[in-house]
Amino acid sequence: MLSNIGSTLIFCILSLSILIIYNSYVDIKIKNQLIKKSIYNLSLLQTTATVMSFFTLVAGFIFSDFSIVNVYENSHSDKPLFYKVAGTWGNHEGSLLLWINILVLFSYLFLIYNLKHNKKFRLYTLIFQNFLIIGFVIFLLLNSNPFSLIYPVPSEGLGLNPILQDPALAIHPPLLYVGFVGCSIYFSAAIGSMLSEYNGKRFALSIKPWVQISWVFQTLGITVGSIWAYYELGWGGFWFWDPVENASLLPWFAISALMHSVMVLEKRNTLYEWVIILCLLTFILSVMGTFLVRSGILNSVHTFASDPSRGLYILIFLSLMIFTSLIIFFKKRKKDEYNFNPNSKETFILANNWFMIFFLVTVLIGTLYPIFLDVLTNIKVSVGPPFYNIVIIPFVIPFLLLMAIGPQISWINSKKNYLLKTIYILGGALVINLFLFYFFGSYGFYSNLILIIATFLILHLIIDVKKSLKKKFEYPRIVSHLGFGFLVFFIGINYQHSVETDFNLRVGETQKLNNYEIFFENIKIEKNKNYKSVIGDFKIIDLKKNYVQYLSPEIRIYAKPETLTYEAAIKSRINSDLYLTMSNISRSDFYNIKFQNKPFMIWIWISALMIALGGVLQLMLKKNEN
Amino acid sequence: MKINFSKIIIFSFVVFLISVFWMGLKNNNNYNTKNLTGSEISSFKLPSIYNGDIISDETLKQNQFTLINFFASWCAPCRLEHKYLIKLANHNKDIKILGINFKDKKKNVINFLNELDDPYDYVVEDQDGKTSILFGIYGIPETILINKELIIIKKIVGPIDKKQFEEILNFIQ
Repeated sequence: MLSNIGSTLIFCILSLSILIIYNSYVDIKIKNQLIKKSIYNLSLLQTTATVMSFFTLVAGFIFSDFSIVNVYENSHSDKPLFYKVAGTWGNHEGSLLLWINILVLFSYLFLIYNLKHNKKFRLYTLIFQNFLIIGFVIFLLLNSNPFSLIYPVPSEGLGLNPILQDPALAIHPPLLYVGFVGCSIYFSAAIGSMLSEYNGKRFALSIKPWVQISWVFQTLGITVGSIWAYYELGWGGFWFWDPVENASLLPWFAISALMHSVMVLEKRNTLYEWVIILCLLTFILSVMGTFLVRSGILNSVHTFASDPSRGLYILIFLSLMIFTSLIIFFKKRKKDEYNFNPNSKETFILANNWFMIFFLVTVLIGTLYPIFLDVLTNIKVSVGPPFYNIVIIPFVIPFLLLMAIGPQISWINSKKNYLLKTIYILGGALVINLFLFYFFGSYGFYSNLILIIATFLILHLIIDVKKSLKKKFEYPRIVSHLGFGFLVFFIGINYQHSVETDFNLRVGETQKLNNYEIFFENIKIEKNKNYKSVIGDFKIIDLKKNYVQYLSPEIRIYAKPETLTYEAAIKSRINSDLYLTMSNISRSDFYNIKFQNKPFMIWIWISALMIALGGVLQLMLKKNEN
Repeated sequence: MKINFSKIIIFSFVVFLISVFWMGLKNNNNYNTKNLTGSEISSFKLPSIYNGDIISDETLKQNQFTLINFFASWCAPCRLEHKYLIKLANHNKDIKILGINFKDKKKNVINFLNELDDPYDYVVEDQDGKTSILFGIYGIPETILINKELIIIKKIVGPIDKKQFEEILNFIQ
């Protein structure tokens, strides 16, 4: 029943897309400034059908309708309601339906919230967005139908992958999808803009809020994914340069560059061509990331969603997207002629963009190189943190410097001289650094340099807060940049001063490490609704501060599907995280214990969230202005 | 006609990128467990963990059926399936079991097998994991059932459970 409703709704979305394209194409030729009412109605109908199809699948999961293959494979009736719902997008087919929902929703919202803009531009955008929708709906129908039936109907489902049964992961995909798929709208708008020749400042104004929305969601999605990997996978850190993490970072670099250059287009009516390139690039990188993750071409924690036949379809789609946008771009491009004064805000923004592109290219090479090498020479390599650290870290230093100074400079030609102020603040950063040196003891050259420059940025922004009390429009920039400054600062300290060790221990034994004494008190077994857990009770004594902490890591044994997962016990404190995981050693009383003390972990997450908060503030201010 | 080199470079790069991705997808059958059934295993040569003797695909041609089990002492789910491997080893003479020890330390493997009993007719080590990748392994444990012609009859991802154990028995009877 639910399956029939769902499949019918999917066909409705496809038919409505074709109708919207046809009607829009006809309407473009009519010379007036009003879009036909029927197009609005069709779009609204399409949005309703799409949202309904999604909720039909959610209902399938909630009511455990195992006649649907997707529900059978990814749920079972004992699962808590929250994870039944999250199971909807915790698999390839369901997540593709969510993807289509966002494409359609953004298509409709862009149509109704851009009433002031040119008709032709809006209609071309709508047409191209619907081409994207058609592409993904066909993919869904041919290869990944979430409503496919199974007969005979199984009495019980197989269950959701246990590592996905986590609150952070339940929200990670939707956030990331809004971020990545949201980019589609300004991909379509960029093509619409070139075809309708609706360019310059007007174009910047039409896409700016959509860029900000998707940037906020991308930032949040990446952060939540990173938090999940820390808590759930027991990776014990904040970033691993895993190819899948990188795939999410690539569009983020492009969109961050875009968010800044769109300001130049808005204020100075220049860099149009560059903004178009970034609009196209951001979505192309998002789809490329999806290809890398879903095709199985990369081996990573997302392998559960991979399948080469899907990969082929996404690759065809990706190729079509790239070639169409390149052909339109080369046919319609308008070369920018700009001559910026070196001491102007636009020059600094341009420099920011080049750094972003440098980071993007570095991560792209690091991610694709192993694939290229494997395909062309059959040699298997993996590119790890040392490569990224060596290439990226030296460039973070001038990047932070520009980030601190850039916002102080005026548009067009800045007359003020900031040299003296810069020297004072740099002096302040050096003094703070000396305190840090005293507090933590010695540390490395690069970390030291990074900490000084991050402090320099933070100090700059603190002075800005004081200066900008009455300038509300400055708040978002200050909050985001401050978040970035803190992020780099805390990563620097965390990198340099983490303690990490592993050893074997039996119940009743104690292990001494520098300032800590770890006592394995007890082990107990608990039965939960859908898993059994072996819980270890540990007493951690900080000998220096005479402080006692209790940690209880778990080994979970899930019945459906039969899997073991290791749950880290983490005690997050203001100044550091104590992190303990245990794993059993076969037929022995010993357990392998991994103990870590990671300074300022929680501040790394808070800083990342602060970066996103800046974007949220920007959107709120914009709403108030309207 | 004026030749626009930047266009040529950009288009060539895109074509190159897409071709590599496409070839990557074709290569990628390594990771697709479904496609492997029905195909012949890759040739391999790995040293025995006990005496260093080389075991290769040629060795397996002497057996009616061979179950190739990828395991490691550090892998917890491997312990879950161990009892089925032991049952197979004890009750069936038609099947030989090859254990490919994946990225492990020799000392730990020997302890592991001493503790849990050794169901394997051959135990070989794949220290860098490269041979296992040739078999399309992307997680431990995984198991491949092959016949005399070295054709893959069944591939099991994750630990062997009761149902899969019975399926293996059906295949070899």
